[in-house]
Amino acid sequence: MKRPYGEGITSNMKVLVPVKRVIDFNVKVRVKADQTGVDLANVKMSMNPFDEIAVEEAIRLKEKGKAGEIIAVSIGPAQASETIRTALAMGADRGILVKADGDVEPLAVAKILKAICEAEKPGLVILGKQAIDDDSNQTGQMLAALLGWPQGTFAHKLDITDSAATVEREIDGGLQTVEIKLPAIVTTDLRLNEPRYASLPNIMKAKKKPIDEKTPADYGVDVTPRLKVLKVTEPPKRQAGVKVKSGTELVDKLKEIGAI
Amino acid sequence: MASLVVAEHDNRTLKDSTAKTVTAAAQISTPVHVLVAGQNCDAVAQAAAKLAGVEKVLVADDAQYAHMVAEPMEALILSLADKYDAILAPATTNGKNYLPRVAARLDVPQISEILKVVSPDTFERPIYAGNAIQTVQAPAGKKVITVRTTAFKAAGATGNAAIEKIAAAADPGISKFAGEELSKSERPELTSAKIVVSGGRGMGSGENFKLLEQLADKLHAAVGASRAAVDAGFVPNDYQVGQTGKVVAPELYIAVGISGAIQHLAGMKDSKVIAAINKDEEAPIFQIADFGLVADLFKAVPEMVQELTRLGY
Repeated sequence: MKRPYGEGITSNMKVLVPVKRVIDFNVKVRVKADQTGVDLANVKMSMNPFDEIAVEEAIRLKEKGKAGEIIAVSIGPAQASETIRTALAMGADRGILVKADGDVEPLAVAKILKAICEAEKPGLVILGKQAIDDDSNQTGQMLAALLGWPQGTFAHKLDITDSAATVEREIDGGLQTVEIKLPAIVTTDLRLNEPRYASLPNIMKAKKKPIDEKTPADYGVDVTPRLKVLKVTEPPKRQAGVKVKSGTELVDKLKEIGAI
Repeated sequence: MASLVVAEHDNRTLKDSTAKTVTAAAQISTPVHVLVAGQNCDAVAQAAAKLAGVEKVLVADDAQYAHMVAEPMEALILSLADKYDAILAPATTNGKNYLPRVAARLDVPQISEILKVVSPDTFERPIYAGNAIQTVQAPAGKKVITVRTTAFKAAGATGNAAIEKIAAAADPGISKFAGEELSKSERPELTSAKIVVSGGRGMGSGENFKLLEQLADKLHAAVGASRAAVDAGFVPNDYQVGQTGKVVAPELYIAVGISGAIQHLAGMKDSKVIAAINKDEEAPIFQIADFGLVADLFKAVPEMVQELTRLGY
């Protein structure tokens, strides 16, 4: 497969970090009575936790002299600019907001990001492995495929050399290491790093950093959902059962019902 | 037309998640073919050929597939995609890694972690860590799907499918496997074990997990952990059960020193029977447990081991 570009990645390489605005992970999600979705009214929104890890990793690369400019991109409603500001306050250099209301599916996000990559020519794109709202776990892999780039998903550790990245990945049986040529896509897992809190001076500084505003049409991407959501419902509920008084009684009860 | 299931295996044994994905595939489009991509993986192909409902097993035996690196897997699956109207993989870390690449190249949305096939184009899948269930209808055209395998029964081993060797696709040459570090354990695998014993932050240390291992050994159970226990460094991440770890649905799940954060419940609430031990009677885990024991785990777990010994386990 042809790679659009790929030679000459240097310590000045740009790093692109897509960030998504999602329901804060501490909020208890409520399904709407009319089954059209979950209730987002007056709910605290935050940056997707995996994306915070992605921003942090980009900043650490820059601090180690392995990256140049860091660009935070968000695709979402006008308020997604707050999510970009968070990334800028952590240490990203500038932002791109691609304004789109309603759900934008991973494939459409990947297509927009592909167009941004073609314009910005980053050496690395670091994304969260999944967003905690739709739990799709697709965007990074789709972007990689559309660009013809390699990927290191579910990253636990990332090392950059001149023209390649070594990614230690969290897999079902343990850890796997892959070597991928740059430019490349990396998606973050939880143990890659611990994201920093933005300091007050940096939050003030971030207000002056530029955010470009775009629309999906600027990139020639149609974001109309392809999947039709027929309904959103509550999962089946479990009931609390009985209390037992000791480990001995617990074993006896479990034996009684044939669970052991 | 037909559906293609990409097999999960380690070149020696076929994983149970494949048999479960075959069950889902058979509800979407038949006949079902299984693709075994690996290296020296004959035994896996033979096991796949025995799965009930499978018509044909395709084997691509080549060094580039030995560790299911995403880029060569994408090229191989794409080379076969024309003949299928549905392409499925179990939602393992492998399936999640290569399959979205295939969907993107086919220009179709992927439907992740289906729980149920409502009709051949309509599926249920969890969102918000399983706190809501979305019913989605796929557009006309090819369907690319990962399967939450705990939600499907495994196809039986009563089949006798033909095995066909197929050519490898050209390696894109942009990635390579550079090593792995697999957890060694004599215990059953977390995702296929009948009984799972999991520990949380309440375990206090990695050393204390030995207590759970004694209990697990009595019950031939797998050992799991909550994210809190993993984050605290008690055990490695591949123990993690939850939204960002593994999803399990064993016959019996014993949660020890686990409070029951939403993220953890997402990974185990479909277990048939849940038992919980926690010293905090307000712990949310008790709201979903069939059997709750409010006690010090360091007293309760040895009591369990002792009683199991008395009963001859």
